[in-house]
Parts: sequence; structure tokens; C-alpha cells
Amino acid sequence: MTDSTPVPLTAALPEGAGVDAPAPRRTGRQATRRGVSGTVLGYLSMLLIAAVILVPIAFILLTSLKERPDIYTQPVQWFPDSFTGQNYSTVIEDVPFVQYFLNSVLITTVLTVVQVVLGIVTAFALVFLNFPGRHVVFLFVIAALMVPNQITVISNYALAADLGWRNTYAGIIIPLAGVAFGTFLLRNHFASLPREIIESARLDGTGPFRLLFRILLPMSWPTVVAFTLITIVTEWNQYLWPFLMADTSEVAPLPVGLTLLQNNEGSTNWGPVMAGTILTMIPILIVFLFLQKQMIKGLTAGAVKG
Amino acid sequence: MRTDSRAEPASPGAGPRSAVPAGPPSAATRRLGRPGRPGRREWLLAAVLLAPNLVLLAVFTYRPLVDNVRLSFTDWNISSPRAEYIGFDNYVEWAGRPDSWKVLGITLVFTVATVLGSMLIGLLMALVLDQNLRARGLVRSIVFAPYVISGAAIGIAFQFVFDPRFGMIQDLLGRAGLDSPNFYQDPDWALFMVTTTYIWKNVGYVFVIYLAALQGRRIELDEAARIDGTRPLRHFFRIVLPQLKPTTFFLSVTVLLSSVQVFDIINVMTRGGPMGNGTTTMVYQVYQETFVNTRAGYGATVATIMFVILLVITVVQVRLQDSSGLERRRPRR
Repeated sequence: MTDSTPVPLTAALPEGAGVDAPAPRRTGRQATRRGVSGTVLGYLSMLLIAAVILVPIAFILLTSLKERPDIYTQPVQWFPDSFTGQNYSTVIEDVPFVQYFLNSVLITTVLTVVQVVLGIVTAFALVFLNFPGRHVVFLFVIAALMVPNQITVISNYALAADLGWRNTYAGIIIPLAGVAFGTFLLRNHFASLPREIIESARLDGTGPFRLLFRILLPMSWPTVVAFTLITIVTEWNQYLWPFLMADTSEVAPLPVGLTLLQNNEGSTNWGPVMAGTILTMIPILIVFLFLQKQMIKGLTAGAVKG
Repeated sequence: MRTDSRAEPASPGAGPRSAVPAGPPSAATRRLGRPGRPGRREWLLAAVLLAPNLVLLAVFTYRPLVDNVRLSFTDWNISSPRAEYIGFDNYVEWAGRPDSWKVLGITLVFTVATVLGSMLIGLLMALVLDQNLRARGLVRSIVFAPYVISGAAIGIAFQFVFDPRFGMIQDLLGRAGLDSPNFYQDPDWALFMVTTTYIWKNVGYVFVIYLAALQGRRIELDEAARIDGTRPLRHFFRIVLPQLKPTTFFLSVTVLLSSVQVFDIINVMTRGGPMGNGTTTMVYQVYQETFVNTRAGYGATVATIMFVILLVITVVQVRLQDSSGLERRRPRR
């Protein structure tokens, strides 16, 4: 099984494109041409876009802060007379939410470290080492991207159950640890590095590890960071496999824990459920807030040379 | 070494920068003194570095892929150690059961709606936020944010957003003097609910890719159109859209692959219901048959059929791209 990141398998973007890439020559001119009505239309559309995303989130957040009677009213009381943190304390005290959170942190950390290391060494071997059948090995790795998780779960579940891996961290982590997407991303990046530097380093007798750590990695941090971030997001949100592996709170990560919480409280008590979803969203949104540029770079990197 | 490095998936962006320059024989082989014949030590190192990842992929991706096909010819019930081979019985059963075709139809509707919906909306958003507007950076971040949030969390939260009695949608509709559809009980509206939620969460991905493509488009063409006084709509269809063609093909493949595979949102929002299978897609059917009805053999059959369908669609898409995309992309840069 591999991660389910949507994968830039073929390059789809013109070179030099990127969300953070400036589009300077166009902008100033356009503003003068567009005229007042165009500008107004532009801002109205932008406002509409922001509202479509933000209003539901505001609704969820406000619900999580309401007392129970204020949630079940018609019409909706968007801003009740008083807010409460009760739902949050319910979730943290009555539900093993802290346990879910720690499980998520552990699973995400281990998977990210393992996948980044495996991605780097696999890509390194594929680009810089000489061995027979290299092309076949590369195909073997990227073809895994075409295999949907859903076709592998039945057999993997049977294997994991046989090994006694149900409700263990190993059972959640190991089957997800193979790296296809990251290998693809890093291999393309390594192949794009200037050959001269690498050739001269090797002529000087630099060993493979020195080459990797002293020369290649320092030139590759943006790509490695982008891949790391995509991995963190993917693993933090990983659902189907942990859902099958964990049916107790002991090893379940947050999204699975949230499902267990929903099963227990369901539609009868939305407050704590909403608080739980907000708590699940926050950590990854914080990561996103600070590192979105790098993350977006990773998503567009299949096309844009890293 | 060289030939291998060049044999990567054809990329339209592959300009001179990505091509590996021809040079003297690799330093690696030279250092070891035998061009063409890799040194034993290097071979060993490669084996050590590659082994863990290759073993993981072999055991947890390729083995189950093959094993899944084998299981589809059995009546295995997931818990018992025994399974009988029953030939094509599962496939015959699948073809004869009316719910198979219903699930196929639901999968088709969900997939077409999410792919077209998110691509159209994502493109429109990208066009708006490509304009020179104040605070566009902030709104770009807002649009992309849901993409990084857990699908399960969004699904659960949106279940309440769509709640026909106390939710947000019924409130907004009520303020406009409209009655809320019963998103929980009406199968069509339930399908609408999961489709909308999926698009809301994933449109940011399409948006980001289209925005990057828009920013990398050829400005000279915009300039020329401006001088010619081309009208905005005509400008978009004649000049901007053709330049986005490779991106559109790329997105149609990746978005389709991920939306066919959706599990989390359906599992938390509807569990495949209402009315039994109102929102059951093939992926969800695989889960239900295997783990809820404990008919793993039949589940494996549905999974195999789904995989074959996906494979055919992807091959057709790539063929289409090869036949129509390449000549157009060449002249660029």
C-alpha cells in the first residue's frame, strides 16, 4: 500500500509555474484596463469564494462553542447569548481524545521519518548508483502509484490479522510505509541537479554517503521539505487502513477516534462531536499556515522542476 | 546511467533544464575502472538501500494486488482460515445482481459530478484569484486550506452542516423562504450532500494546480489579444483555455483517480445509505461486502472489477492525451 496523495504523474504545468511565482508583467497593466466595474466584480467574486469556504467553518466552530439547547434551535442561533468551552472539556475528559491525539502524533511521526528516509535512499540509488535493472526497479516503484489502496486492503487485512497486528501500531504503520510518490518526486529532483558538481565530487573520490549528505541533500532541502509536508498531511489524515486496523482507542489515530466518538454521540449530541472535529483540524491547519508555500510546491513539483 | 535517467514520463515542462546533459562516462564507473560493468560494491550498496522500500511495496502493494484476484475466485468469509475455489461464481453473481448496476451508476454519478464540479469551480476560482486583487493571497490560502484537513473530520462536521432540522444549509434556505431537502433520508439528496462535501474539501487542489498553470502561461499572447481588442470571453476560450490543456488532462486523471477512491467522507456521512445503498460507491461496496457482510471473496470480486475499470479509463485518458496533447505542447518555449 502506498499513500493516496494525488500524484503529479505527468508534468502538467509550464516550466517556472508555481503559486508563489510572481506574475509581475501582467498585474499592473490589467488593473488599468479592467475598469471599475471589472474590479468590483473581481472583489465580489473573491468575497463569494471566501464565504463558501469560511461560513461552514464558522458554523462548525460556533456550534462547538454552544451550549446544548442553543445547538438545537430553529432558526439557527449563530451567536447565542453565551458561549461555553463545555464541549471541549467533554471531549478531552470523557473521550480518550488525548490518546487519539498522541496516537496520531506517533503514527504520523514514524511514518514521515521512515518515508522520507526511504524516499531519499531509493531515489539516490536510482539516480547515482550503477546496478543492473535500474530502469525496471524504477518502474516497479512508480507503477505502485497506480494501485488503489482499496484493492490491497482485503489481502493486507488478512495478512495483518494473521500476524496479530490488529490494534497495534505496527499494523497501522508498516503496511503504509512503502514510498512510491516520494521516490518519484525526489528522483526527478536528483536527476535535475547539475551533473558537473556531482561528477567532480566523485572524481575527487567522494564516497556515496558523503556525496548524499554533503552535496546532494544541501542542494535538495526545498524538495525534501515539500515531500515531508505532503507526507505529514497524508498520514495525519490517513483513514481507511487505520480504521480497519484499530477498533479500540488504544492505537486509533484522530480521524478514527472521531468516528468512534460520532458512533457514540451521533446526532443526539453534536456539540462534543463538533469540538472533536475542530480539535482534529487545528494541528494540521497550524502546519499549513506556516508552511503552505512549501506544501504547494510539493504538489506542483511533478511538473515544475524542483 | 544516462539512458535510464532520460526515460522518465514525458513531461511538457521538460525543457532543456530537465534533460540530462551528455557528458563523459559516469565518474562512478570510471572510479571503479570498468565502464559499463558496475562495481560489486556499488551494486551491493544499491541493494541495501533499495531493499526496504522494494520489499514493502512488494509485500503490501503488489502481493495483495495479485492475492485480491485470487480471492475473487473464492467464497472466503474473511475470518475463517478456509476458502473454497468457486470459479467465476462471484463474477456471475455480480453481473446478475441489480444492486451491482445501481452501485456502478452511483459511482459514475459521484465521480463525474466531483471531477467536473471541482475542475470547473477550481478553474473559476483560479481565474478570479489570478487577477490583481488586494488580499488575494489570503483568499488563496483559504481556498486551499480544506484540502489539508482530514476527510473524516470534514465529513462528520458537514453532516451537521447539512442537518435538515438544525443545520446550516436548512437555515440559509429557510432565510430565503425555502424548505430544506431531507439530506439524511432522500437518497438523491444524500448523494448530493456527499458530492458537495467532497468538492468543498478537494477543490483547493484543482485550484492550486490551475493557478500555477495560469501564472506560467504566455503573457505575450494576452498582450497580443489586448492590442487586438479581443473580448474577454473569446480571449478565455481562444487563448487561455488552450494553454491550460495539458493541465486539464493531468487534473482529469489525478482527480478522477482520487475521487473514485473516496471512502472517509461516505463512511462518516451516510455509511453508504440511505435506503440501503443510496450513496454506496464501488469502493464502499468493497468495504461493506468484505468487512460488514464478511463476504471477502465477493468484496475482492468487486475490487477487481473496479480496478480493471479504473485501469481502462486511465489508459484511455493517457491515450487521448498522447494523441491530442503533444503537438500542441511542443511549440511552447
